[in-house]
Amino acid sequence: MSLNTAHSPARNAAPYTPRSRYFAVPSLETIAAWLLALIWIFPLLYALWAAFHPPAYMVRFELFAPLTLDNFATAWAQAPFARYYLNTFALVTGVVFAQFVVCTLAAFAFARFPIPGKNVLFMLVLIQLFVFPEVLIVENYRIASELGLINTITGIGLPYVASAFGIFLLRQTFKTIPRELEDAARIEGCNWLEILWRVYVPLAKPTYLAYGLVSISHHWNNFLWPLVVTNSVESRPLTVGLGIFSAPETGVNWATVSAATLLSIAPLLIAFLLFQRQFVQSFLRAGIR
Amino acid sequence: MTLTAHRKMQLYGTLLLLPAAILLTTFAYLPTITTVINSLFLPGFRGAPAEFVGVENYQVLFDDPTFWKVARNNLIYALGTIPTSIALALVMALFVNGKLRGRGFVRMAYFTPTILPMIAAANIWMFFYAPQIGLFNKLLGALGLSGINWLGDPSVALGSVIVMSVWKEAGFFMIFYLAALQGIPPELKEASDLEGTSRWSFFWRVTFPLLMPTTLFVLINALINAVRVVDHLFILTKGGPNNATNLLLYYVYENAFSFFDRTMAATITVVILLVLAVVATLKFTILDRRTHYQ
Repeated sequence: MSLNTAHSPARNAAPYTPRSRYFAVPSLETIAAWLLALIWIFPLLYALWAAFHPPAYMVRFELFAPLTLDNFATAWAQAPFARYYLNTFALVTGVVFAQFVVCTLAAFAFARFPIPGKNVLFMLVLIQLFVFPEVLIVENYRIASELGLINTITGIGLPYVASAFGIFLLRQTFKTIPRELEDAARIEGCNWLEILWRVYVPLAKPTYLAYGLVSISHHWNNFLWPLVVTNSVESRPLTVGLGIFSAPETGVNWATVSAATLLSIAPLLIAFLLFQRQFVQSFLRAGIR
Repeated sequence: MTLTAHRKMQLYGTLLLLPAAILLTTFAYLPTITTVINSLFLPGFRGAPAEFVGVENYQVLFDDPTFWKVARNNLIYALGTIPTSIALALVMALFVNGKLRGRGFVRMAYFTPTILPMIAAANIWMFFYAPQIGLFNKLLGALGLSGINWLGDPSVALGSVIVMSVWKEAGFFMIFYLAALQGIPPELKEASDLEGTSRWSFFWRVTFPLLMPTTLFVLINALINAVRVVDHLFILTKGGPNNATNLLLYYVYENAFSFFDRTMAATITVVILLVLAVVATLKFTILDRRTHYQ
């Protein structure tokens, strides 16, 4: 390794003490980091500005421009956002619950049971990491309509229930749980389902939390498949409702669009700001959405 | 373990697997197979049976200049978004990993776009890109420059879409780099400080190679997203002007649900599936032995 002798050892002698940090002029790096952060958050701040001010202030920045909630009221009145909220809530809870059940059972089977051809089957499951329901929209639409699932919340959620990703994550977790715990439970007379429920599920709680958060944010935000499979207010989730409401050709006022956009992202965004650490940890743990 | 007990275990395991197997078959394997089959047939008129035409649909597709335009767009989109967002993600992670005042806020600012739905992000960027009242053109106007038609000019539109996607994705990739950076033992840095290695060469000789598995992992995710995520097009451009921003999956959607040409849609879907198969092979061959997400 080549040595760079231009480096002065004196810099190492005085590491970052709190004092030198607070009184130092911000380094170029700090300035760059902050600048990038401001650029990155700016679009969201701009949407906030537009939503809380009268339309006239859309591109006119005045610090003391009058604040208003009118835009939210207009958006709420012009589109059935209450219904969209309800649909999204039903979708997200339904999908996550069903995923937990189906993926837990499959993951348990892969982790602990001698199924013939298990490795091949597991590889087959992993294929779904790449072939998602929205890539196959044409055929999945046909299948959903044959099953009578068009325009239902079940139809939006069902293709995502057997999630390869959930099965993979839970299997990895289950495999790390020592067999001794399982044996102890069996000696106490537990059957397989009781072992799963009393030993494996409680010990995999962090994985469930991580997977649950990732899944919630994915399905809260999902658009293409819900758009294809729904055709009325009764089943549309927020994203699809917002997409239709704010399509440029509808000519809806921009301040109203900002308000509608904030309405749709608010619950998830607030949850994220409150539980930032858990969200980031979950995304990390889960890796793929 | 007796043989019958073993059999019982096998049966039990298979039963546990059944719900997932049925759902995966219904919504992943069967549709994949029927998509491939549909791409080899032409639908019959008025209830006549479909006619096997071999690769004719593919010939039609490959003779279609729009398809090539869309495929080229998707390639440019991938080349435009992936290296930029990965590089930015790495820079962000290095910023946030160091000692920085207000680190919490900075990290939050980088990551927040990830939480938004693509539709919402596109709505917000619409305020920037709109021709007359959009912020970008207002700013250009204030500087005395003539505005640019960010989404309406075929030579600019794809670039505008790319910029928005980079904004949306970089923060997501950042967290993986951040986690990897925190896993690098501090002794390495101390040793290199003792040797007097500059920060620059420490980065290129130590940090960057150590981050290689993360880079590959992020790269594969970015590749998938470049094919999979087209939600923003519904708001920003609808694939226009004149297909200048159309991407493969959006073209499938158009063929299936606007032009009602299910055969063409199936044929393009097969092309997408092939691309994804390449990505999957990449993942299972290169990344498999160092799966870092578990």
